[in-house]
Parts: sequence; C-alpha cells; structure tokens
Amino acid sequence: MSKQDVCDLPGIVARWQHDSANLVQILRDIQESCGTIPSDTLDQLAKLLGVPRVRIEATASFYAFFHAESHGAYEVLFSDNIVDHMAGKEDLKQYFCERLWLEPKKLSEDGLVYVDDTADIGLADQAPAMLVNGLAIASLDKARLDLVAELIRAKKPLDEWPPMLFEIPDHVRKAGPLTGEAFVPGAALRAMIARGTEATLAEVEAANLRGRGGAGFKTATKWASCRKAEGTAHYVVCNADEGEPGTFKDRVLLASHADLVFEGMTACARVIGAKQGFLYLRGEYRNLLERLKSVLAGRREAGLLGQNILGEAGFDFDIEIHLGAGAYICGEESALIESLEGKPGKPRNRPPFPDRCGYRNQPTVVNNVETFACAARIVERGGAWFAAIGTPQSTGTKLVSISGDCQRPGVYEYPFGVAVQQILIDCGAEDAHAVQVSGPSGTCISFREFDRRIAFEDLATAGAFMVFSRRRDMFEVARNFTHFFAHESCGFCTPCRVGTSLLKHTMDKLAAGKGSAYDMNEMKKIMHVLRGTAHCGLGHTAANPVVHTMEKFPDAYERRLKRLDFEPAFDLDGALATARLITGRDDEWAHIADEP
Amino acid sequence: MSQTKTFSLDGRTIPFEEGETIMEAAAAAGVYIPHLCHHPEFKPHGSCKLCTVNIGGRLGAACTNRAAEGMQVESETEAINADRLALTQMLFVEGNHICPSCEKSGNCQLQAVAYHLGMLTPHFTHFYPSRDVDASHPDVLLERNRCILCELCVRASRDVDGKNVFGIGGRGIKARLIVNSASGRLADTDLSVTDRAAEVCPTGAIIRKRHGFTVPIGHRLYDRRDIAEAPVAGMEGPKRG
Amino acid sequence: MAEAKKLRVATCSLAGCFGCHMSLLDIDEKLFELVKHIEFDRSPLTDIKTCGPCDIGIVEGGVCNAENVHVLKAFRKNCRILVALGACAITGGIPSWRNNVDLWDCFQEVYHYGIGLEKGQVPNDPELPLPFDKVHPINEVVRVDYFLPGCPPPADAIWKFLTDLAAGREPKLDYEMLHYD
Repeated sequence: MSKQDVCDLPGIVARWQHDSANLVQILRDIQESCGTIPSDTLDQLAKLLGVPRVRIEATASFYAFFHAESHGAYEVLFSDNIVDHMAGKEDLKQYFCERLWLEPKKLSEDGLVYVDDTADIGLADQAPAMLVNGLAIASLDKARLDLVAELIRAKKPLDEWPPMLFEIPDHVRKAGPLTGEAFVPGAALRAMIARGTEATLAEVEAANLRGRGGAGFKTATKWASCRKAEGTAHYVVCNADEGEPGTFKDRVLLASHADLVFEGMTACARVIGAKQGFLYLRGEYRNLLERLKSVLAGRREAGLLGQNILGEAGFDFDIEIHLGAGAYICGEESALIESLEGKPGKPRNRPPFPDRCGYRNQPTVVNNVETFACAARIVERGGAWFAAIGTPQSTGTKLVSISGDCQRPGVYEYPFGVAVQQILIDCGAEDAHAVQVSGPSGTCISFREFDRRIAFEDLATAGAFMVFSRRRDMFEVARNFTHFFAHESCGFCTPCRVGTSLLKHTMDKLAAGKGSAYDMNEMKKIMHVLRGTAHCGLGHTAANPVVHTMEKFPDAYERRLKRLDFEPAFDLDGALATARLITGRDDEWAHIADEP
Repeated sequence: MSQTKTFSLDGRTIPFEEGETIMEAAAAAGVYIPHLCHHPEFKPHGSCKLCTVNIGGRLGAACTNRAAEGMQVESETEAINADRLALTQMLFVEGNHICPSCEKSGNCQLQAVAYHLGMLTPHFTHFYPSRDVDASHPDVLLERNRCILCELCVRASRDVDGKNVFGIGGRGIKARLIVNSASGRLADTDLSVTDRAAEVCPTGAIIRKRHGFTVPIGHRLYDRRDIAEAPVAGMEGPKRG
Repeated sequence: MAEAKKLRVATCSLAGCFGCHMSLLDIDEKLFELVKHIEFDRSPLTDIKTCGPCDIGIVEGGVCNAENVHVLKAFRKNCRILVALGACAITGGIPSWRNNVDLWDCFQEVYHYGIGLEKGQVPNDPELPLPFDKVHPINEVVRVDYFLPGCPPPADAIWKFLTDLAAGREPKLDYEMLHYD
C-alpha cells in the first residue's frame, strides 16, 4: 500500500486487459500506486486505451477518491456521518491536526500528510472512524490517533503499521440464518444441481424473496425476466456499494460470510445463464479486498467457480471484484453499471431496466449482497423454509445495522416484522427519541412511532438504524444528511444538482441563526420539485431528512428562526468584511447592524 | 398496416408510432412540451427535466418515456408548470445568466422557455459561481457562465461530428463543461466552427465569434413569438394529421 | 380609473444605471394620465431624499454596497408594495459581472493601477458607501412583492404594470412586454 513515485501505467492497463470499460479500476490502481492521477497520465491513458481524453477526465473528475493534486504520503479521511459527529469526530479531527501541525484540506508543508472528511465509511457501529490511504481504522480515540500520528511522523509504510489498528470486529449481536449458522461452501450449488435450474427458480419464487437494497423488488421476478431476455451474454452483479450512511451489514456479510454471497451469485448465474459476475465493492471497503480474493481463489480450487462447476458440463461462471471510488450514487443499480463500464456513475434512463439492458447493454441481474446471501440459503434449504420466517409480504430475516445512542451497536439479524421498540430494547437504547431507519434516504421516526415494524409493508429498510437520544438536536441530524446529499448528487439532472445545494445553503442559514419562516417555505417548495422531477432515487429522497424532521420535530426548526417574515439570503455585515479590511474602516457606516 | 396507436395528452388524442417517446409524438402532432436538453436529432437525454409530465399519475420526462396505447398524459397543468418554472429558475441561479450582455439574448432557448413559463424572477438565491470563459479558439467562444449542462454539444460532437470535443467533468453542483485537450483550452481541440457541436447550444455558452447582436431587438427569434409557436429550426419535426 | 385617492409612489436607483427610470419617463404623454393617479414621494424625479409612507416603492438596481441596503430597507419599511424594476434589481444584472472579480483586485485596479493614477491610495472616508463582496438582487435582502424584468423594462410594460396596480388588478404582462434584456 505504500505509494511509489513511479507508476507502471502500461502494466496497470495490461492488468485490466486494455479495456476502457475497466477505467475506474485502472484509475484506482494508478491512484493507489502513485498517490495522484496527474493530468499527463490522462493523456497517456487516452493513447493506451484508445479513447478520447475528455472521457477519461470525465470519469477521473467524478469520483471523490481520485485527485490530480498530491495528498501526500498519507491521506487521512475522517468519516463524516452524524454518528461520527456524535462520537466526537470534530474534536478528534482537530486534535489529530494539531498533533501533526496541519490544517484540514491542506497538504502539510512537508508534503507528508493530508486530512479531510469523507462520506460515511460503513463503520457507524465503531464511530468515529477514518480511512488512511483507503484503509479503515475504527473506534478512534486520542490514544489511537496518537499512535497514527507517530507512525506518520516516523514515515512508516502502512504495511508495517500494527495490524491491530486495522482490526474491524463484526459486532454481530443477534445472529440468524445468514450470520449465525454454518454454511458449507457448495451446499447450495449441490442442492441446485440435484433439484434442477427451473425448480431452483421456483424455490426462490416460493420463498418470496425481495431485494434487500431497500426497494424490495421480487428477486425471482428479476431473475426470470433476465433469464428470458435475449443477449450475447448475461451478467450477475452484486451490489456491495453499501454507501447509505449508517449501513454496514454488507461489510459484515462480506468479511465473514462471503461464501454465502458468492454462492448466491453463482446460483443466480446458473438460473440466468451468466458466465461472468462482478462484485462491485465500495472503495471504502478496500480492506476486504485481499480476503475476498482469497475466498474466490478457494472457491475456484474447490470447483465452485470456473469451468464446469461441480463437474456440471457448461456450468461456467467466475467473479471479478471491482472497487468503487467514493460515490454514493453508484449504489443505484444503473449508476453502478455505468461505473463498471468505466464511466461516471450517473443513473441511466429507465426503462429499459438492467434485467434486459445492463452491463455492456446485456441482460444483467443486480442484487444486493444480502439478497444473494438469502438466495444461497433458499437454494440450500428451500423456499418454504424461508417463507415461514418473517411476515407474508416480507419473508425471511433482515440484517439491521444499529448505531448511535445505544449500548450495543452492531449487526442484528431479525425476522421481518420486528417492532422498532423491540430492537431498541435489544440494543440498549434506553433514551431513544428518534430513529433514522434506512439512512438519510429512508424515514426518520419519532418516539411516538416506535410500535412500527421493520417490513416492506411498514418501514422498508436497506438496513441502517441510527438511534438518537433526547439530547440530540434533530435539526443537526437533518443538516448533516442534507450536506451528504449535496455532496453525493451526481449533477446529471437539474432538480437534484441545484436543489440539493439550495437545501444545504438554507439549512446552513438556519443553523447560523439567520433563518425565517420564508426559508422554511422555500425548503418545502424545493422538496416538492425534488420529489416530483428528480432523475433517480437520490434526488427523490434527498429532501426526506428535512421533510421528516420538520414534521416530527418542528421545535428543532422553530427555535432557530430569527424572525417570521424574512431574513436576507446572505450575511449583510459579513459581506462587508473584505471591504473593511481593504479600506481599514470600522466606522458606523462600515457595518450593517443586526436588526432586533 | 395495423390501426394507428394513440394516447391522450391533456385530453387531446395523439397518434404515435411504436417506439416513439411522448415528446416525439407530441412534437409530430404540433404540441409543444417545454424542454431544453431534448433535440430531435439526438438520443434522448432526460437531464433538464423541463419536459416532466404526468403519465398516468406518475411524473416522468416526456423525452425519455415512450408513448403507449391508451396512456393518459398531462402536461399543461398548473402544478406541472409550477415545477417547470422552479426548474428554470434553478438553471438561472446556478449559472451567471446576464441576459443584457449576452449575444444569444432573443434567440436563447433558456430565456425563451422562461418567457413561455412567465418567469419574472429567478427567485432562488443566486450561486454566482466562478466559471472560466475560454476565448482561445479563433472562431468559437466558450462561455461557461451560460452553460446549463444539457450535453447537447457533447452529443453533437460525439455522435455527429465524430470528434468528442466536449464532456462533463466533476459532479453535483461542481459539474462543468470540459474539452478534449490536455491544456483544457478549446483552441487545442479539433473543434471547427462548422461542427454541429459549435451551433447546437441552446444558450449562449457556445457561440460563434464576430456574429453577436446582428439582429435588432424586436426582430429576434423569441422577441415576439413564444417558443411554443416558434420552435428553433429543426425542432418542429414532421407534422402529422 | 376611478377618482380615488392618489397612490403615493417612491422610486430609487441602487446599483443600476438609471435606465429603468429613463424608461419610466419614456411613457411620454401617458405621464400626464399617470400623474392623475399617482404622486411621487422620494424619487430622482422629485429630489425628495427620504422615503415616507407610500403605496408603491419601485427599486431599480441591485444591492452592491451598505448604503443600498439602508435605502432598500427604508423602502421596504415604508412601502406597502415593493417592486423590483429591471434586470439589475432582479438578478444583479451587469454590475454582477464583478462578482467573480476579487474585491482586492477591484480596489487595486481602481485606486492603484488605473490609468492616470500615481501613488494612488484606497480612500477610507465614511461618506463613501462600503462595497459588498458581491452584487445581489434586491430580493436577497428584502421581501419583494413584484418583479418587472427588462434592461430596461419597456415603457409600455411599466405603464401596463402601474395602471394594473392602480386599478387594483393583478399586473399581467403580454408576451412582447416580457424580456430580460
């Protein structure tokens, strides 16, 4: 992981088959080995790959983890979810910067280290957390940061840092069929071969498995449709771009139950007739890469991947891992496919959906990590077994990633239908006031709604469950999420590109004590436009945190309003500061007094 | 020949051919749906969202949604036009659109759509972004302050000119028009003033040099005619029925 | 129009060029008709310096300095209806071209490097209005009731707008009267 000065560009490009569809992976490798992606590299890449430079620049400038300017030998990114803030992230970041005599967002004078924020890195149960050169370090406190600062000052290469720094415990607090029961690799595939492909699809249908990414589309329907769709090749894609702040259950599945996930993908491949699969792993989970590669290698050795799987003639399938590069939007399936094809992660126009027109415009199944894990269990144990768990509309179990104000944060596997109240008791959240279910794009529920249930028919969730106690300011929660969406908007459509920034500015205005009822109405108006006209789910839901908290915690907003009628859009006196400095004036007329 | 398929647009029966979008069918029938990123010569893009319509109770872009038999589409409703107005206002505050000093004024589609929607003010707080103007090319000026990221130039250069002169870099509110040269200068690309990409811009972001202000105020394309009645050249499409 | 009490109207130009006021005068002979229905309070036309209680306040120009804010706030306070007249009041207009020039550079150019300047010095006289970092439309400083765009708005548009208001109608512009330049 240590950065070298020289970058073997032709070697990297060759490793990715000179294929511009692998551009994100090529850029990742360049970034990882050189520390930057300099401008002249783009020209060389354009020649090596035979594509216009402008397309390479479009991709290189889209992803947060790519940068043309040096971030030094050590790039330290603090996770910026509200849960990190609640765990003292800002103070710790400042402490760390002071230890190293540096300012955030500015390369240290010796060119050694760069500190900044990054969107939630999937460690909310172990907040605050950070990435050092892309590798996660969790449960930060002053002692750990002292150690990191020392190692950086000593210029120790990352692979010589104490391994305990990078240990990430699973924190499975309540286990179930996915997280707690042994799985013999190949068990599901053997059952499938014995049962036959048609019958296997029928089992998935009978199980009534619905997508675990949040939307809840029926998995069997997706597989069947893709199976029927015509194409020169079919593809299986596992969406491991677990970017929703507060979610981390896929990290745990991949860290400790990867066989289950890969087996689910392989079963899907058999059903739809795919030879090639991809695991699109979010860049923040870089630390899992080697482990996952070795699981894949083990499966190839055991005849569970590759040619003639388990001796079945023509059952050929393999899986390649692609890493993301810091873009929440790539969790949207068509944006993910764009990213897999080496482009900026912008959602496509749908229909057609990926089941008919996905990767390389061929029929593609994209499912969440947990969906594939469930599928493997269903193929192994049968649909009836699965359908007996949970509720009729929401069968099986759901992994819930619990973080925030509770004693036992971590992953909990519940049968669908569990009440929020029960979860709060189990995780030791005695003073819970609100819960953000399914992350910023999900639903914020107040203490009045704790009898609601986790299920597609009530609270649908991709898994995040952030608990906020009475002492938390729900306005600040919403403001943090609003910043998140503005940062992650891909910029393709007008409402999301502009609307998320307008929301962010307005929330900041309120936070500065300069808001009015006019601003509240403005936000409602922007929400309406976002929900109605945005291109994808990110835009549709980007206003949810504000909508929900305004509705359920109006006090958090009202006490911030300076006056009811109107307040200027900008800080009048502050906007004179530069001119005061230039003229040296400080007289009465050089200020605009705040009206009472 | 099978019977002509139709759908309903604001109560009007619109014929369509299989595979046509709502926008294409409406244009062929002479019905205007506000739009900026759509152009009949290019693949539907669906980014500006001005053409949002209500399709059987669900909102969607007319330029990317295909017409279907019996579909009920609403376009000219108060609610939808309010959204369109808000989107247009967002485009205005996002950039630096100073119409009085713009060569494209009077012939600008952003302005014309705003007139059509009766926009009296950009309403939202202006971003006043700092954007580069590129005057390096001998014949073409690239004025990024006026860019609305519709990608028509990107599509024209790639799909018609076969040159890939333009692209979109960055993301979110920082998205920006980039050009295909290491220097980042338009002069160092192979753009020619005769390229489709050089004249397809709906605003004044890409304009021919030395051709500004040639038509007096009052005689320009949209001075007296609403864009709904005076669509830009090439936008009418074949009229049917 | 009914023989009602005359509407009291104030006008001012902030960061503008007075072009909108010129356009107001351009309604020519209709001015005689107009003054039957309105009377002017503070306005460059009357030379009254402060704005008293009015029915309508018409503001040309954007907000570029501290003095603009004081004038604008006085208008908002005294006028029942506040109207943003012209491109600059509505978008910042031509003066907002300076928004992407650093204020330091502006001062340097004006007081140090400009043609004919020797040993230039940045003035610090409190009588000089202190400029903002950026020029803003007036609706970013106060609540505005009506917007009448144009650079300048055509005389006919101003006439139509004022007569509509005077008659208690919601002002409505015909297509040809609405333009941004």
